[in-house]
Amino acid sequence: MHTGHYISGAGHLGLIGWLLFGGMFTPEPDPVEMTEVSVISGAEYDALVAAQQPPSSSTEVAQPAPPEVSEQTPEVTAEPDTQIEQPEPVQTETPPEDLPPEVTELELPPQTQVDDTPPEMNEPVGDTAVLVPEIAPEARPREAPRVAPEPVEQPDPELRPDLDEQPAVAPDAEAEAETVVEEPQEAQTPEDSTTEIVTEADKAPAASARPPGRRPTPPPPAPVEVAEAPEEPAETPAPEPTPEPTPEPDPTPEPAEEPATSSSTEDAIADALSEVLGQPEATAPAPSGPPLSSGERESLRVAVSACWNIGALSTEASRTTVVVGMQMNTDGTPVASSIRLLSSSGGSDTAARQAFEAAKRAVIRCGSSGYKLPQEKYSQWQDIEMTFDPMRSR
Amino acid sequence: MLTRLLGLLALCAMAATLALAPNQSHAQPLRIVIDDPTIEPLPFAVPSFQPESGEAGQMAVDLARVVSEDLTGTGLFREIPASAYISTVSDFNAPVEYADWKAINAQALITGAVNVSGNSVNVKFRVYDVFSGEELLDGNGQGGLQFSGTVDGWRRMAHKVADAVYSRITGEGGYFDSRVVYVSETGPKDDRQKRLAIMDYDGANLKYLTESGSIVLAPRFSPDGNRVLYTSYESGFPRIYVLDIGSVQRRALESAEGSMAFAPRFSPSGQTVVYSLSQGGNTDIFSMDINSGQSVRLTNTPAIETAPSFSPDGSKIVFESDRSGSPQLYVMPATGGEATRISFGEGRYGTPVWSPRGDLVAFTKQNKGRFHIGVMRLDGSEERLLTASFLDEGPTWAPNGRVIMFARETQGAGGSSSLYSVDISGRNLKPVRTPEGGSDPSWSPLQK
Repeated sequence: MHTGHYISGAGHLGLIGWLLFGGMFTPEPDPVEMTEVSVISGAEYDALVAAQQPPSSSTEVAQPAPPEVSEQTPEVTAEPDTQIEQPEPVQTETPPEDLPPEVTELELPPQTQVDDTPPEMNEPVGDTAVLVPEIAPEARPREAPRVAPEPVEQPDPELRPDLDEQPAVAPDAEAEAETVVEEPQEAQTPEDSTTEIVTEADKAPAASARPPGRRPTPPPPAPVEVAEAPEEPAETPAPEPTPEPTPEPDPTPEPAEEPATSSSTEDAIADALSEVLGQPEATAPAPSGPPLSSGERESLRVAVSACWNIGALSTEASRTTVVVGMQMNTDGTPVASSIRLLSSSGGSDTAARQAFEAAKRAVIRCGSSGYKLPQEKYSQWQDIEMTFDPMRSR
Repeated sequence: MLTRLLGLLALCAMAATLALAPNQSHAQPLRIVIDDPTIEPLPFAVPSFQPESGEAGQMAVDLARVVSEDLTGTGLFREIPASAYISTVSDFNAPVEYADWKAINAQALITGAVNVSGNSVNVKFRVYDVFSGEELLDGNGQGGLQFSGTVDGWRRMAHKVADAVYSRITGEGGYFDSRVVYVSETGPKDDRQKRLAIMDYDGANLKYLTESGSIVLAPRFSPDGNRVLYTSYESGFPRIYVLDIGSVQRRALESAEGSMAFAPRFSPSGQTVVYSLSQGGNTDIFSMDINSGQSVRLTNTPAIETAPSFSPDGSKIVFESDRSGSPQLYVMPATGGEATRISFGEGRYGTPVWSPRGDLVAFTKQNKGRFHIGVMRLDGSEERLLTASFLDEGPTWAPNGRVIMFARETQGAGGSSSLYSVDISGRNLKPVRTPEGGSDPSWSPLQK
C-alpha cells in the first residue's frame, strides 16, 4: 500500500541528496594551496636563528648618520633667505600695468550689442502672418539602411554559442562603412553660456565631471579569480557532442533521464544553491567566456559618457532615465539599427523618446570608430544594455 | 508521519526545480550604467535655405540666419560656421550626405527652401539627426513642414521654423514666435519718461503703444496675446486699463472713488482680472469680471496683499503678503479663502508668477542687500536663485516655461533699467535687445 510512497520518497531523497552534495564532486579548481614541510636539524635551526639576528645590529648603523646631517644644515638655510628678498621690489612695480586691459575688455561686449538695435519703429501691428503648417509633399529619400537585411559576417564561430537570441538582426553594413570616417574634435561651449552672474543655481548644474572610480551596479560582481584559460573551453562544449565535462565522481545513482542537459542543470543547481546559501555565484556560466575587467567596463562607460550630451534636452527629458539595448559588431562599433529603447523611468513618453535619442546619438557618435573592447571577449559585449541615468550625478 | 515527511520533501524538490528554471536561460547582456552626462550646446548646421524663385535669394539667407540666432540664443545649441562645411545642400529634396556633416560634428542639420511670389512667402524645412542618419519628426510622426505668409512677416516664419526645430530636438515647445510688452524708459532717474512698448521676443519689430505723458506700470498680456492690462497714473492716481493691441484702443476698468488699483493680471480664461486695491491704507486682492465690472474681494486682512497670479488651470492664485511680518508668498483658491504660505527662506519674497507649465513659481527675492530672480516649487521646495544683482525684479515666463525675462537696474544716480533673460537652469543669462531702457516685461503666449 505504501510501496509507491516509499519508492517516491527514496527517489526524491536521492534527488535532494544529489542537489545538495552533487556539487561537491565537481571538478572545480580546488583553492587549497599545498605547502611543503621539511625537517631540519638543530644545527640548521641555529644557523637560521643566527641569520635573523642582524637586525639588532641596525641600531649601531643608525648612530653615525645624524651628526653628519646636522652639521651641514646651517649652511643650506642661509641662502634661500637672501633670495626671497630680491623678487619683492620687482613685483611692486608690475601690478598697475595689469589692471587696464581687464577693464577695457569688459566694456566691449555691451557696445556691440547696443549698436545694431535701433530698428524702425512704425505703425501699430498689421504684421499678422498667417502660418499654415502643411505636410511637405516630398517623401524622404532614405530609410533603406534601417531595413537592410543583409547578413553581415557573423562573429567568430567559436564565440557564437551563447548568442541564440537574435539571429534576425543584421549588422548594418552601411553603418560600418560610414564609421570609417570620423572624428572631428568638438569646440568648447560658447562664451555666453556662462556670463557674468554666478549664483548658487549656476554652480549646481554646471558640474558634470565626477571621479571615475565608481562601478556600475547591476551586473554581478564578475569573479576575477576565475582563470581565463579554464573558462574558454567551457564556452565551446555546448555545441560539442560530449556535454559532460564533469562526470567522474557522480555519486548519485538516480535515473538521469537526459544526460545531454545534465551539465546545464548542474550549473543551474549550483546557481540555485548559491542563491539560497548566499554565496557569490562564482561558477555561474551565464555569459560564457572571460568577463570584462573593471577597467574595460570603465573604459566603455567613459567613452559613451563623453558623447552623452543632455544640454539640449527639455528639463523633463534631462531627468529621465532610459535603458538602451544594442548589439555590437566585432570591431566594437554598435549596430545602429539594433539600438532600441528597452525601458524608461522618471518622465513621460515624449521625454523618454528625447532622452533615448540623445543616448542613441551618444552611442553612435562615440562608437563610430569602434569602442576599445577586447576581441577575445566578444561574447561578453556582443549584446549590451546601457542605463543612462542623468540623476545619479546630481 | 513518514507520509507527511515524504510529502514535505516532495514539495521541497518541486520548489527547487521551479527555482532553477529562470537560471537555465541563455547569456545575459553586458550591463553598463552611464551616469555622467555632459551638458553643452548641441552643435548644428543650418546652410542657407534654397531659393526656389528669383526673388527669394536674400530672404533665403535671412531666414536661415534668424533660425540660427533663435537656436543659439537659447544657449542649448551652437552653430557650426559655414566655413567649416565640407558640402552644401544644393537641393532641398536631395539625399543628405551624412558623412560630410558627421565629419564636422554637426549633430543636427536643418535644411530649407523659400519661394517668394509677389507678397507671399512659402518656407519649408527639414531637420536631420546626423549621427542616427534619420530625419527628426514631430510628435505626430511628421517630417518636413512648410509655412506660408507675407513678405513683411518673414521673421515670424523664421521663428516658426526655429520653434519646430527646437521642439523636435529638445522635446518641449519653443518660444521664438512670441512677443514682449514692457515699459520703455528714457531719461534720468528723477525725470524718467515711460511708455508701453511691444516687440518680438528678440527685440525686433518694436512699436510703442502709449505716449510718454504719464507714468505707466506693469503691463500684462491676455491669454490670447491680443490685449494688455496695465496701470497708469494718467488720472493722477493709479488705475487699470485694458488696451487692444491691434487697434491701440484702451479703456479704464471700473474702480471705486478714492481707491488705487494696480498689479492687474488676467485669468487663464481671459474673462477675469485679479488686482490689488488700496483703500483706507489697506491693500487687498480682488477679482473683477472684465465685461460686467463686478468685483469680488478675495483677501481680507490688515496686511498688504498684492501681486496675484493665476495658476495655469485657473483654480489657484499665488500672491505676496506681509501678514507674517515680512513679504512672503502664499497660495489660495481662485475664489479666495484660506491661504497657504509657500516661501520660508531668508529675506523678502515678492512678484510671484506661476509658470505656464504649472510646476514652478518665479519670484523676486531681496536678501542681504541683493536682489535675486528665483524659482521654487508650489510647496516651497527646491528654491533656486537664478540671478543676483543690485536690483533684479519683475520676472515673466516664456511660453514654454523654460526661460524667464526680468528687469535689471544698475546702481547710482545714472543707473538705468534694462531687460535680461535667463534659463531656469541659471545658465545663459543675457541682455534682451531694446533701443532704450526697459522694465516690467510681460511675455506673450505663442502667437497663433
